[in-house]
Amino acid sequence: MSGMIIQGKTGDWEVICGLEIHCQILSKSKIFSGASTHYGSEVNENVSFIDAGMPGMLPTLNEECVRQAVKTGLGLNAKINNYSAFARKNYFYADLPQGYQITQFQYPIVGEGFVKIELENGETKDIGIERLHIEQDAGKSIHDISPTKSFIDLNRAGVGLMEIVTKPDFRSPEEAGAFLRKLRSIVRYLGTCDGNMDEGSMRCDINVSVRKVGEDGFRTRNEMKNVNSVKFVMQAIESEARRHVEVYESGGQIEQETRQFNPTTCTTKAMRKKEYAHDYRYFPEPDLPPLVLSDEYINNIKNDMVELPDAKKERFVKELGLTPYDASVICENKEVAEFFEKAASGHDAKKVANWLMGDFFAMLNEKKITLAESPISAENLGALVELVSKNVINGKTAKDVFAIMAATGDAPEKIVEEKGLKQVTDVGAIEKVVDEILANNQANVEAYKAGKTNLIGWFVGQVMKASQGKANPEVVNKLLKQKLG
Amino acid sequence: MSIDANTVKKIAFLSHLKIEDDKVAATQEEFNKILQWVDQLKEVDTDNVEPLVSVNNEHLRLRQDEVTEGNQAEAVLANAPVKEYGYFVVPKVVE
Amino acid sequence: MTELTELTIAQASAGLKKKEFTAVELTEAYIANMDKHRNLNAYVCETPDKAIAQAKISQEKINSGQGGDLEGIPLGIKDLFCTKGIATTACSNILKGFVPPYESTVTANLLQAGANFLGKLNLDEFAMGGSNETSAFGPVINPWSKDVPLVAGGSSGGSAAAVAAKMCAAATGTDTGGSIRQPAAFCGVTGIKPTYGRCSRYGIIAFASSLDQAGPIAKDVTDCAIMLKAMAGFDNKDSTSSQQPVPDFCKVLGADVRGMRIGIPKEYRVDGLNPEIASYWDKAAAMLKDKGAEIVEISLPHTKYALAVYYIIAPAEASSNLARYDGLRYGNRVDGEHLDDMYTNSRTAGFGKEVKRRIMIGTYVLSAGYYDAYYLKAQKVRRLIRDDFIKAFEKCDIILTPTAPSAAFAIGDESMQKDPITMWLNDIFTVSISLAGLPAMSLPIGLNHDGLPLGMQIIGKSFDEENVFKAGYCLEQQAGFKRK
Repeated sequence: MSGMIIQGKTGDWEVICGLEIHCQILSKSKIFSGASTHYGSEVNENVSFIDAGMPGMLPTLNEECVRQAVKTGLGLNAKINNYSAFARKNYFYADLPQGYQITQFQYPIVGEGFVKIELENGETKDIGIERLHIEQDAGKSIHDISPTKSFIDLNRAGVGLMEIVTKPDFRSPEEAGAFLRKLRSIVRYLGTCDGNMDEGSMRCDINVSVRKVGEDGFRTRNEMKNVNSVKFVMQAIESEARRHVEVYESGGQIEQETRQFNPTTCTTKAMRKKEYAHDYRYFPEPDLPPLVLSDEYINNIKNDMVELPDAKKERFVKELGLTPYDASVICENKEVAEFFEKAASGHDAKKVANWLMGDFFAMLNEKKITLAESPISAENLGALVELVSKNVINGKTAKDVFAIMAATGDAPEKIVEEKGLKQVTDVGAIEKVVDEILANNQANVEAYKAGKTNLIGWFVGQVMKASQGKANPEVVNKLLKQKLG
Repeated sequence: MSIDANTVKKIAFLSHLKIEDDKVAATQEEFNKILQWVDQLKEVDTDNVEPLVSVNNEHLRLRQDEVTEGNQAEAVLANAPVKEYGYFVVPKVVE
Repeated sequence: MTELTELTIAQASAGLKKKEFTAVELTEAYIANMDKHRNLNAYVCETPDKAIAQAKISQEKINSGQGGDLEGIPLGIKDLFCTKGIATTACSNILKGFVPPYESTVTANLLQAGANFLGKLNLDEFAMGGSNETSAFGPVINPWSKDVPLVAGGSSGGSAAAVAAKMCAAATGTDTGGSIRQPAAFCGVTGIKPTYGRCSRYGIIAFASSLDQAGPIAKDVTDCAIMLKAMAGFDNKDSTSSQQPVPDFCKVLGADVRGMRIGIPKEYRVDGLNPEIASYWDKAAAMLKDKGAEIVEISLPHTKYALAVYYIIAPAEASSNLARYDGLRYGNRVDGEHLDDMYTNSRTAGFGKEVKRRIMIGTYVLSAGYYDAYYLKAQKVRRLIRDDFIKAFEKCDIILTPTAPSAAFAIGDESMQKDPITMWLNDIFTVSISLAGLPAMSLPIGLNHDGLPLGMQIIGKSFDEENVFKAGYCLEQQAGFKRK
């Protein structure tokens, strides 16, 4: 059970949460115009007359945005609709030039699906997907240049978005966090969205309500818009759920409203209320006929799909013997998974996974570099593991070799060769050193024999030191035990 | 169906049009006349009739993903009543 | 030599080719007429210099034996078409000063065919109106007016009046519920609204996207055929533009109408139909019958609901299409303390009464709780109206009806102004065709007792403009209407 229970004065409460995630579609041009989607261009540089909502301008649909949405839908194990249609969502806003957003309402391009999430306790859970639809992004209003004016940049206006709506299946912040990481991993695998929440290319709206454990149905929910990190999403859910419990337990009621999450205080507050409620007046977009996709079109995309994290994970468990947890950590990121697969090729995959998730990630963290910038190549990591497996070096030496690899980028074989780090497995040679140590430390030998058997570790240390770490620790152990009786 | 004064105000609000208070009643009356007139549609049996969204029978065509427009900030801004530093400028947006 | 402005496009093109006169002379003749009839208020923006410069280029082409179908022909352009570098206002204050940095596809096609543009023509504000009286530039005066100034019809009032007064060889119009056909009828000229999807809507300021369609207003059927061929065609910039090939409409002109079945819808014989119009309708049918066509009675049972459907769907789409006029990126701005104030102030000052009325109706019928009762219901009845036509066309090839329930009325006519619905009833014979997306032509059939022109409407099947032209040409020959 991964659900979060809030223990209130009146009893136990459970958290109910659903997410709406806006993912910017990776495409060269915008969804309804031929302007570039490039991020970071000069102000209003990537704006067509269509994006600017000029009189008489008409939208035309970008094929790539359709393909990306279908791919993503398939990645969400969802039904792809052969028939979908666009609608207008009408509202006035400075960065919405047409006065309406072209979106999909009644007929989304993707229907129901699910995403499997893994939780830290090893449990898995399927999160239901309600739908995925495609629409246009708004521009950007900049409010902090002047106290009396706002500045509008339309470069982002018209960039394609996929809005993914989940079912209200989350019962804890942890589940929502796991889902977001999984979704990000899926879209990155597919190359349909870069998944960067901090740059706003993936944005999350959260719906939260609570109910007494055992209660049926849902209570009033509140929405929090545009929360921009996994951590904040988790914090927002928890703080909002706790607020609901407090309100109910003090005899109050929750009003349906949109609230804003403040990450600094970890609290939410209601947005300013308008005189009249929003009324988006959705109606079919008369400038765009319905979108009809053939089975052939959908199947072609299906046949072109890359291996997704779930499938990769299963393969790593089944074929490479990884634990499910290790496999899911490695598969979360496509580049990591690919790096791992390359490193593990022909070597002990479990050991490679240990190295990767331990020393290797620690090294990246310490150097504050990305995987792509790693001085240690996948092949060299694999080779290092191989040297240990083949008893060419022992585990301790391997750590030293790894440190040198991290500093120089050299191949482990070269380092071992140059520094003469090959481990000594010749029993005769080791016996010589053992005898020497025993002879020079008679007092400790006596003490050992008198029952202080934990001195064995000290003896091993002495032998290793004398052999400059190259002695095979197993052999050392065996000989010492033999000689000390 | 008939509408009340508050609905008239709400419609004006949604339309971003100002109606002076002394004009609300007249607008309401005019609206009600129009609505009464269109209410004749209630006579028509439309059970099992699919709404006709478009007379166009052709499916939506898809455009190749190519950058064909842009780099025309000057033209985009040419008609703007107020612009600064390449931005469109508006009175402060109140959140 | 005849006045150059008397010539049809077909005649003028022949004259230009034979070097009887030059493109510049032809253009200057029209410019002279523009000066002479400025009181009609047909043009809201005149571009004689550009027209002359363009005519000079055309003349060079003609001299070297080149040139398109409209080489050297001076046209007027409804001010709903965006014209690059030339102010485009939709005759609304909210677009004051707007100069598009782009050209509409239809006008681009006309320029490509060699035409030159004399200027922009008056219309009802955003094409919303049937008398050109809602224009921010004031009404157009019908050239047929005698003592009292009469309306030119609307919304393409400037286009129809300019053609009738020979202030251009032909003009572009747009038709959403009758905006080409009704003014053409009022001004004694010929106009055709083609099938929805024939002409690209790219660069035409939108009123109601599912209904708007461009078409020509010209001196006669032949000129309409020449103009439409140049205007029409697939455009990948408009997702509703049709890929159907555009036939050479001129080829069917003069073709035999023997055996053609002419549908006469009984529902159009409304109570109180003006007897003169009823009589011309019978005469028109008889003329076609004389030439061997067959007259069949047909039924379009949902006709009476078309206006109500239209006045839900068109305002609904308009309320959304006109949301972009907010004083932010172009047009007239009236400042306010906050953004919302600026929007409301700009829109309240910029839009006229009829436009505001339709925006608000449209907003209402789309709003939560009313959508199903109004908008969705209207869409369903729209289907029934279209299905009526599909069924009727099993029995006939074209449908013949009057264009409008009356001749041109006086500007400011009190009975028309008493409530909006009375004015809307003007569209009674034209809207259902727009709702069905069908092609329809209006051509003058004769004069009423006041000496004012009356129009007949010929409706065709979807993408069958050819039969409309064929019947229209035959009727034109039979009626022998004398142009102003």
